Amino acid sequence: MKKLLTILLVLALSLTLCCGLVACNKNNTEVKVGLICLHGESSTYDKNFIDAFKAGCQAKGVELVIKTDIHETNECYETAEDLVDQGCNIIFADSFGHEAFLYQAAQQHKDVTFAHATGTTAHTKKLDNFVNAFASIYEGRYLAGVAAGLKLSEMEAAGQITDKNLDENGAIIIGYVGAYTYAEVISGYTSWYLGVKAGYTGDRDITMKVQFTGTWYNETDEKSAAEALISAGAALISQHADSMGAPTACENAGVPNVSYNGSTATACPNTFIVSSRINWQVYCEYLIDTVKAGKKVDTDWTGTIDDNSVVLTDLGNAAAANTQTRLNEVKAQLANGSLKVFDCSKFTVNGKHLTEYKADVDTDAEYTPDTEVIKTENGVTYFAESEFRSAPYFDIRIDGIVLLNEKY
Amino acid sequence: MKEIKSNKAPLFHVSKRNDQTLKSAILVRTVAIVAGILFCALICAIIFKTNPFRIIFELFNGNFGTERRIWMLLRDTALLLGVGLALLPAFKMKFWNLGGNGQILMGCLATVACMFYFGGKLPDGVVILMMVVASILAGAIWAVIPAIFKAFFKTNESLFTLMMNYIAAGLVAYCLNGWVKTGSGVLNPLSDANLPEIVNPYLLIILVVAVLTVFMYFYNKHSKHGFEVAVVGENENTAKYVGINVKKVVIRTLILSGAICGIIGLLIGGAMDHTINTESAKNLGFTAIMVTWLAKFNPLMMVLSAFFIVFVTRGMGQVQTACGITNNAVSNVVVGIIYFFIIGCEFFIAYKVTTRSGKTIGQLIKEVWLSFIALFKKKEVKKEELVQNDDETVTKTDKNENGEVEQ
Repeated sequence: MKKLLTILLVLALSLTLCCGLVACNKNNTEVKVGLICLHGESSTYDKNFIDAFKAGCQAKGVELVIKTDIHETNECYETAEDLVDQGCNIIFADSFGHEAFLYQAAQQHKDVTFAHATGTTAHTKKLDNFVNAFASIYEGRYLAGVAAGLKLSEMEAAGQITDKNLDENGAIIIGYVGAYTYAEVISGYTSWYLGVKAGYTGDRDITMKVQFTGTWYNETDEKSAAEALISAGAALISQHADSMGAPTACENAGVPNVSYNGSTATACPNTFIVSSRINWQVYCEYLIDTVKAGKKVDTDWTGTIDDNSVVLTDLGNAAAANTQTRLNEVKAQLANGSLKVFDCSKFTVNGKHLTEYKADVDTDAEYTPDTEVIKTENGVTYFAESEFRSAPYFDIRIDGIVLLNEKY
Repeated sequence: MKEIKSNKAPLFHVSKRNDQTLKSAILVRTVAIVAGILFCALICAIIFKTNPFRIIFELFNGNFGTERRIWMLLRDTALLLGVGLALLPAFKMKFWNLGGNGQILMGCLATVACMFYFGGKLPDGVVILMMVVASILAGAIWAVIPAIFKAFFKTNESLFTLMMNYIAAGLVAYCLNGWVKTGSGVLNPLSDANLPEIVNPYLLIILVVAVLTVFMYFYNKHSKHGFEVAVVGENENTAKYVGINVKKVVIRTLILSGAICGIIGLLIGGAMDHTINTESAKNLGFTAIMVTWLAKFNPLMMVLSAFFIVFVTRGMGQVQTACGITNNAVSNVVVGIIYFFIIGCEFFIAYKVTTRSGKTIGQLIKEVWLSFIALFKKKEVKKEELVQNDDETVTKTDKNENGEVEQ
């Protein structure tokens, strides 16, 4: 009996050892991806990354390890190190605050590629294995804005725009819930506002009120911000924050909503128009292919509406008729470059059209403007967003947008 | 009215245990831990649709899988234990210090403020000295405010210390607002005036807490102060009668409690994160309450309880990752269930449950176990009657070679 047991145990152990060794050999030549998320899938922002990386890794047949709820502290650095220990050779972090900690890890593991979404420092750090990525989401927001503009026209024609939706100059009020008063959010709401103006076919002017919450994820704060905007007369609302707060407030009040990062059609069937989001699967597959081929990953990678990195969800019930046709037209113009979102002739700053502007592209402690970002191409003078680095740097306060508060 | 039959004894009878021995207490706790882990492995296996052995494997893998993980396990244990040590004297005095989080945060804020304003401008040694003093002071002040109010005005210390947590978090948010101007509110790690590394980034923290543990052990057991704390905790009037200045003891003890929290804040800010946010205390102030209670206020036992809590938390993190779960609701529930087993077993240590037949639960389990063994042995004997008995021993070697760090 004991002999039999011994033999069995020895067999079992050697079998596991073989399996382990085989697995090890396999792992050394293959690509393995580690994904570091700030929250879990309950956050629409992180879910967008999780879904994209799952799809991307599956499409490329690559192993994926997901770490959720990693704070923007030393924990991010330690998680990155742990992923390296597990054999990951691509490590991607999804939150702005992860950047410095990821950079720490990148300095110590030159053979591993560390990619970071929304970051701003890769082009100045000059480390081959530390890269930033973003997409020209302002194009997506502009497009979603066009859908909102069409909706606004439809509402006006149906007599749904009443006096309480108009400000003292007779302009229609729309609202926006933002997280913080800085470039990523400013670029987002400005492009959305310009989209609404482009889509709107009526005669009135449009003014937008922006309420900041000072947090990326706080359902209560976002909900009450949206409610405040609704009571201030907003006929339509969009948001740049990660919880369901604003869409829920809109659904309760029956105010149409343009969402971000994913469809809210199931939770808000009556008010959801459309949502724009970044499709990170494109970048995930690019990363895997580039690392597999042994090439260098772009220091600043910017996905576009043309390469399918920026996408719109299906239209919701609240969308106006013929929206899809119009969106297809505008999308084609954006994709071939004939239409620029930040076309300087389309907006004014203190009553004047911009002819030059220096933005803070190279991040430094003093936030000094360092790069001229107004370009002229084919006779169009425009603000060249996301061309000098992937993360947005449009931080201009344009006319027609009123900030109700500011949060840094 | 019908007459109720009362000749039957109740099915279970609960009585206070007088015969508890160290051996039985350890046995009950071990059984509870093993049962808790097995039960949770089963639950996880069902929810994550995998086999329970994999769950147990990942539980250990998450803690011992690589050299780095072992260090992190020890480091996290040390931090949690450190906070437990800080709460210990206050709890012994029946002063419910729920403000651990705030006291740690203030220590951490003082540390990071020194690094932020003086790092790189003054020699590192000077800044580090300032950090040490500032963090201890900040933690002590944050604890002594409720203590003074308790001693002189009899305010409720639980509410007071809790409120101090929120004020501390608010202060951190306020400072960050001034220090950081990008929208995320994240202060990038400061590279100047970090606490020195001993061998690796983890060992310094472990050593500091080890010293603290020894100190607290003697302070509690063998010092006059420790004795006074115990007397005040037992009965304030007795303390007054024997000539102890209760107010002085309360304030002095809370200064110590806060100072140790401040030191933990110093370690977090200066040796680990090198930055701060409103959650830098990592909720240690509350988790540590469990550490002290599970260990029955014994600093040496607290090492074990802190270790176990960190083990379960880190282990479940790995289980979640390994099973590809991106929602930590399940792992939180599971950790909760394991705690429930551990805390629940204290009931069986303090009380005896007797059945109607007059047997205790322990005896019943023993009987079932013995009859099981007997059954097994009978079969063995029958089968091995003809086989010679040899004394070979099976030795297993299962080395994990993942410990090497790739360069």
